[in-house]
Amino acid sequence: MNRPAAVVTLEGVTKRFARGATTALEGIDLEIETGEFVSLIGPSGCGKSTLLRVIGDLVEPTAGTVVVNGKTAHQARLDRDYGIVFQDAVLYDWRSVARNIALPLEMLGWDRQRRAQRVKEMVELVELTGFENHRPWQLSGGMQQRVSIARALSFDPALLLMDEPFGALDEMTRERLNMELLQIWQAAGSTVVFVTHSIAEAVFLSTRVVVMSARPGRIASVVPIDLPQPRTALTREEPRFFELVTQVREALHLGSDLVAR
Amino acid sequence: MATAAAELGGRRGLGRLELSERASSLVLFPVVLAVLWGLWEGYRALWIWTGWTWPFAVDSITMPHVHRILEALFEPSRPNGPLLVDVLFHAALFTAKEAIVGFALGASVGFALGVVLAHSGLLQRGLLPYVVASQTVPILAIAPMVIVWLGSLHVAAWFSVAVIAAYLTFFPVTINTLRGMQAADRRAVELMRSYAASRWTILWKLRVPSSLPYLFSAFRVSATASVVGAIIGELPASIQDGLGGSIINFNQYYSLEPQNLWATNIVAALVGIVFFLAVVAAEKAIVRRAPENVA
Repeated sequence: MNRPAAVVTLEGVTKRFARGATTALEGIDLEIETGEFVSLIGPSGCGKSTLLRVIGDLVEPTAGTVVVNGKTAHQARLDRDYGIVFQDAVLYDWRSVARNIALPLEMLGWDRQRRAQRVKEMVELVELTGFENHRPWQLSGGMQQRVSIARALSFDPALLLMDEPFGALDEMTRERLNMELLQIWQAAGSTVVFVTHSIAEAVFLSTRVVVMSARPGRIASVVPIDLPQPRTALTREEPRFFELVTQVREALHLGSDLVAR
Repeated sequence: MATAAAELGGRRGLGRLELSERASSLVLFPVVLAVLWGLWEGYRALWIWTGWTWPFAVDSITMPHVHRILEALFEPSRPNGPLLVDVLFHAALFTAKEAIVGFALGASVGFALGVVLAHSGLLQRGLLPYVVASQTVPILAIAPMVIVWLGSLHVAAWFSVAVIAAYLTFFPVTINTLRGMQAADRRAVELMRSYAASRWTILWKLRVPSSLPYLFSAFRVSATASVVGAIIGELPASIQDGLGGSIINFNQYYSLEPQNLWATNIVAALVGIVFFLAVVAAEKAIVRRAPENVA
């Protein structure tokens, strides 16, 4: 049985928003195993962000079961089993970079010395040494997002939920942060669920790409990404990379055709 | 890192701009003062020279010379008495004490009320109309009742005045606290929930800090309102030691010594300005925010 290895198990997850009676998600079944990097991709309005929030117990599903780390999503949230990164860095202006990273550690009741030690490690991990005492608004968008990633990883969560974290960044910064994220993922051995609308980004980062279709949000297909690890800058130039990009693109179009019909 | 350095360079540039702005406001202050002085004296001279009587006849009673007002500050307030400036300084301190206590009281109550209303839609719908209505009742109607009620408890009279000042202070604080509480970024709230933060933790670690700019713009309004409240509150309380007492006193002798009332008004205005600047200074020290977000 691979059940103990599953970090996230979704069974028949459906979400209807009461107002407007729109169905954001319908009958989602998905299992994500430890150490996987799973991307959710789909047209806007396909419920990929909602699905991420269902996993994080920030949105309650109308039907279906969500198991995270072998417990209910609610219990997993209470146990701080996951870290989350949004499209905007969502840093607190009134806190320095170091104190932004330390925010979850304060909630966990870590003492000052332990917090300082961990913040130092995290600052090194995301290569922001020397910027600890800067205010968020003194940093570029890419640096802000690195702080946000450091904050999400600071308490060693088993699961990292990322909602289009690099969507607002320029292409250059985005590719660099993609590489850094992969290095962090491999070093930490954590599991990542990554929402994106970039096909190339999804293929480059993931071990599996979950393609969704819109209205109602359904899983159209799942594309395993068999590109060798570790991925490098050259990965993007391999023929297999382009094949997989094409495969995901076709799955996306097929998904939207299904809806159109 | 190169981009970061460039951005930091940009910030330093901004710092220089701030410095030159500060220098120009230092120059601006005496210039504006001089212009106001000139306008007063010019208006006075023109109306006396032409003999215009609209909207009122100008003479040394209705509009004393500015230098007469300033001179009066350094003359005895009554024969063989202390200098007027001494009298007004002590009156100002007394009124400031009432205003500070009133401000602290009003700001605390206003903030607490704002927090409570922000956390309950029911209370907000039920209570907010009355909070608004409370401000439509003239302070002159409230003040005597406060004096009577608190007086029967044998509370010091100046404290009753502080309560009256608080009555004027709390309202802007409540309204802006309410707005500030709701101003917290939706994602930031989600982030706190992802840490399983309690309402209390979200309040102190997120909502209060993100409402600070709103709070401080309320404090700016309230600081001056608390001085006005203290001066007005002194009238029904029959307090002689404050600026309100001085105003009543010098008002009675206006036709003999108009400059004394004008001097009192200037001192009262100065107290208000000092309060305002104290709030601005506190805001500068406490609110660390992106420059474009500072209210």
